[in-house]
Amino acid sequence: MAENTLSVPATAAPARRGAGPHAFLRNAGGRLLPWLLPLALLALWQLGASRGWISPQVLPSPHFVWLTLQDLYTSGDLWLNVHASLQRVLVGYAVGSALGLALGAAMGLWRPLEAYLLPTFNALVQIPVLAWLPFVLLLVGIGEPLKYILIAKAALVPVTLNTLQGFRQTPVALLEVARVYGYTRRQQVLEVVLPHALPTLFTGLRLGFTKAWLSLVVVELVASSEGLGYLIVYGRQLFQLDLVMAAVIVVGAIGYAIDKLLDLAETRVSGSQAATRLGVAGAGARV
Amino acid sequence: MTTTPIDRPPAPRRPAAWRAWLGARWRGLVLPAAAILAWWALARLGWVSTPLLVSPGTVLDTAASQIVSGQLWRALSASLARELTGFAIGTVLGLALGALLGLLPLFNRIVGPSFNTFKQISLFAWIPLISVWFGLGDVAKVTFLSLAALVPVVVNTCDGIRNTPATLLEVARVFGYTRWQTLLHVVLPSAAPSIFTGVYLALIYSWLATIGAEYLLVAGHGIGNTLIEGSEHFRMDLVIFGMFVIGLVGWSMNALARALERRLARHRLGAA
Repeated sequence: MAENTLSVPATAAPARRGAGPHAFLRNAGGRLLPWLLPLALLALWQLGASRGWISPQVLPSPHFVWLTLQDLYTSGDLWLNVHASLQRVLVGYAVGSALGLALGAAMGLWRPLEAYLLPTFNALVQIPVLAWLPFVLLLVGIGEPLKYILIAKAALVPVTLNTLQGFRQTPVALLEVARVYGYTRRQQVLEVVLPHALPTLFTGLRLGFTKAWLSLVVVELVASSEGLGYLIVYGRQLFQLDLVMAAVIVVGAIGYAIDKLLDLAETRVSGSQAATRLGVAGAGARV
Repeated sequence: MTTTPIDRPPAPRRPAAWRAWLGARWRGLVLPAAAILAWWALARLGWVSTPLLVSPGTVLDTAASQIVSGQLWRALSASLARELTGFAIGTVLGLALGALLGLLPLFNRIVGPSFNTFKQISLFAWIPLISVWFGLGDVAKVTFLSLAALVPVVVNTCDGIRNTPATLLEVARVFGYTRWQTLLHVVLPSAAPSIFTGVYLALIYSWLATIGAEYLLVAGHGIGNTLIEGSEHFRMDLVIFGMFVIGLVGWSMNALARALERRLARHRLGAA
């Protein structure tokens, strides 16, 4: 992943990395290195399956999983379940993060509200989504609202906390400058506090999505009749591990793709932030 | 806490401190108090008649009977034993893997990307596979908990080691430290806060995973099973009590880890 410039037992001289035919080979080798382990594992797995070392009941071969995945795709089952899952997660996430932004901003801008609300919020946060599940289940039944509520709750927590933190970390110096220039409260919030809070806010939104996706799988594992989590449970019940694995792969791939997308958006936002803030950032103490 | 100065009479300090504590906290207590009052009134007045609306008194009765009969203790001790076992295994493995990833660049290039992909897979998605491979008993649960604890420890250990300030490493090189000395006196102290964060997260994650494991691998005792039981028998009082206990345990772990962290930080400052 991230190429860190320093290696800990660093004794190698940096000048040795010259051009030449070796550099190209080394470069290609470096690019291939990350694939070594997964390919080796995959090869071992396939070999083990085809030689009959492992029973397909316990671990189906990669080829079989791939066939199942293709089958899911061509039969349209994949799209059906992905659609159900995505809809759930998007609705829940939208509601949860909107509420979280509002709640975090309100507490961030108005300290008395924080004093009244935050302790209760923090206490409720201690109870994980899975412990809320039976409670909400008894209240609203096993339908879609159950999933929306739990996913929204999962997204709400990090979004609220990060929004609050973002609103609280405006440098005093910037606020003073704004005051000197006679900014109104509204201007202060829109032009000073909010731009400064944006990167932290984005971190919260991204974290919120990760939590929402995680909760989606949990909720679907426990209570649903469609969706990727259901596909996993269904495969498990029929002892079709190929189906389970195919579904796990799809869950991982979608989670990964959306995380990368949000990551991209985040670096974009904080990048433009850094450009506009250049010169002022770092000056002044944090609140 | 700290000793009081001699020239000041110690007697009036106590109520003042108490009032200061309350003065800072009372606003936070308003909302829960109002909520409990409203809940109690709602249950009492009987405007909504549904078996799901249990009064706070019923919940307290359930709590008392669970505590007195020893059911709570049995469930909680089973859950905690599982949690701590999984946490210990996951943390030890995580420290080892994280250290290897952080210290050996080649190992990192080979294993790092695979690990990063692996950790993207939603944790709970492993449960069905684990249940096939390890059954529904404690082996499966502890395996799952170890997995939950492993990930944050690896990530934070590796990050902590890799983020050792270059200047510190240079100083160590100038002083002619051996690799071992550098590791022990430079890298490790510098990475300690990050490693601690990882262990702390592992403690929290493994508690969440304990509830998850008990919920999805339904077998045996545990506080998660208490919740399921309450849910299946439409006993809201049991569900609320279970939620409360789970929240309380999570909160205690948080508080414990934070106190420990503060202690360590002070120790480090004292040593410096």
